[in-house]
Amino acid sequence: MSETTTTRPAARMSWASSLRSSLGSRLRRTPRWAQFLLMVALALFCYLLPLLEPPVISTPGTDFGAVLFTVSIYVLVAVGLNIVVGYAGLLDLGYVGFYAIGAYTVGVLTSHHATWPWLLSLPAALVVTMISGVLLGWPTLRVRGDYLAIVTLGFGEIVRLTLINSEWLGDARGISSIPAPPSLPLFEIPHLDWSTGVPLVDFSDTTTFIEFGVTDPVPFYWLALTLVILVLLADKRIKNSRVGRSWEATREDEDAAELMGVPTFRFKLLAFALGAFVGGIAGSMFATRQTFINPESFTLLISILFLSAVVLGGQGNRWGAVIGAIVVAYLPERFRGFEQWRVLVFGIALMLLAIYRPQGLLPPRRTVRAQRMEEESQALEVGEADPDAELATAGPVARNPVDDAPVPPDEERSPRG
Amino acid sequence: MLLEVRDLSVNYGHIEAIRDISFDVPEGSVVTLIGANGAGKSTTLKTISGLRKVRTGSIVYDGQDLAKVSADRRVQMGISQAPEGRGIFPGMTVRENLEMGAYVRRNRSAAALAPDFERVLTLFPRLAERIKQPAGNLSGGEQQMVAIGRALMAQPRLLLLDEPSMGLAPKLIQQIFRIIEEINAQGTTVLLVEQNAAQALRRAHLAYLLETGEIVRSGTGSELAGDPAVRAAYLGGDV
Repeated sequence: MSETTTTRPAARMSWASSLRSSLGSRLRRTPRWAQFLLMVALALFCYLLPLLEPPVISTPGTDFGAVLFTVSIYVLVAVGLNIVVGYAGLLDLGYVGFYAIGAYTVGVLTSHHATWPWLLSLPAALVVTMISGVLLGWPTLRVRGDYLAIVTLGFGEIVRLTLINSEWLGDARGISSIPAPPSLPLFEIPHLDWSTGVPLVDFSDTTTFIEFGVTDPVPFYWLALTLVILVLLADKRIKNSRVGRSWEATREDEDAAELMGVPTFRFKLLAFALGAFVGGIAGSMFATRQTFINPESFTLLISILFLSAVVLGGQGNRWGAVIGAIVVAYLPERFRGFEQWRVLVFGIALMLLAIYRPQGLLPPRRTVRAQRMEEESQALEVGEADPDAELATAGPVARNPVDDAPVPPDEERSPRG
Repeated sequence: MLLEVRDLSVNYGHIEAIRDISFDVPEGSVVTLIGANGAGKSTTLKTISGLRKVRTGSIVYDGQDLAKVSADRRVQMGISQAPEGRGIFPGMTVRENLEMGAYVRRNRSAAALAPDFERVLTLFPRLAERIKQPAGNLSGGEQQMVAIGRALMAQPRLLLLDEPSMGLAPKLIQQIFRIIEEINAQGTTVLLVEQNAAQALRRAHLAYLLETGEIVRSGTGSELAGDPAVRAAYLGGDV
């Protein structure tokens, strides 16, 4: 290789990906304890957000705390769905089904048919959703690709139709008076008031720490945020484990994974069960905050919204899923004034994203890496041939240079053969 | 006998892909299945490694019937396959691909895998240069090396190779075959499926010719290479 340093591929990268890569690498280079402190600070900021009500971020039309609660529910859902879609590569169009099962289990156990305490109903709901995930996955995960999408789509609809038609589950009217989590009122925290342009502590607008009431959504947000943090921590552990690597192998090439000794079916089932589990958490939280639920809240449209959060953010990256969920849940609330235009703007934004950033806003590091390598090799092909490229190291026996033909695209893969 | 295949039939949907084939793979040998595209060679390998279901017949490995053994268990038992074409994990780096090969090993610590990395990178020095690159960005030949190296990381007793020469330049084909001999010399039994009959027969101790799902000829590599019918159909007349 000579000194002919041409433009680095980095220069041709879009501003967003270059910003991300520089930010990302800088973050990785900071020491462990600093990363930890940064995360703690970020979490603290998120906890304080509904009290600070910062002017640009806050939602003028709706209660900011309520919006934040909704956003954190979407984040939970997106992180859970990301396990299924992003990690294991299983297209699930019926994720809302698990969300509904989580919500309804809490409803049935605490109000409709029994009077379990809320704290007991939550784990029960999670067990039920996990079991439903396994029950759906057991027969369906044997089919691959498009068929799985169709089957899961059907699952979501079956859940909704069952809810509408089952009197035992309250049919179309749904379930009401779902109790709140137990409160432990300790002290009052005032909010900030920005109406005069400068932040003033407003003692007339306070949140009780910690009391789950109908009027104040902030404690619900805190609970949901805590669950988000726990789920994210668990997600990180699992992704970096042997399980995460098994999912990755299965997603990239199922047959090859099987040939390496990965029991792919079991790992796909595990992804389904864990995804359902997280969806169940989100559903239970939703039901608890709403205090009433009906089948209207669990339509196909919601499933698609969930999926678009994951795809938009960047499948396979937990922070991508978080950002995707924030975009999907928060932006429409922030710009409520344009209500009529919301869906149109959302659609256009999705289309633009599909064209200019198909891998999502924040794709996984390895997707970015693969893309960069490709750009680099393309640059080499365009420029003069790299002397390295034709070289070829010989094996232990052969010493002569060998030329290496590129694989023809889609070399015949006959079914038999 | 390390592997005994008896009266094996496999369906692909409703089509009968292979019909009543029987063959043996003695421990320490290189055995090849040759035949045209669509003859059922790949299906045979996939059935041995457990990706396809047996319809009738049996596969006995090391004295044990594989009928009820799942694909992942077979890898633990020492059967490892390098899949055809680009059966690598494109998003993982070369190193990660090789690590995946050691998936079933009990001890996967860096120290335990070091000798295996050493072995693979000595067989394929080219991979050492590419070790940190995503495997999907490698050339066809390099991907083939990754696939074979990855299969070796499981420390198999029986290595199944599906068309290792597919899509490669002639010189590289020579090299891949020399490496296969080298692997065999190091003590691994090799079952090789090939369209490139000339190269495969030259190196095989035992060879079987598959035609539309049936074994029509068998013998030592040189016997088949000398067979007029084989020469006419698969070796381009005179070799």
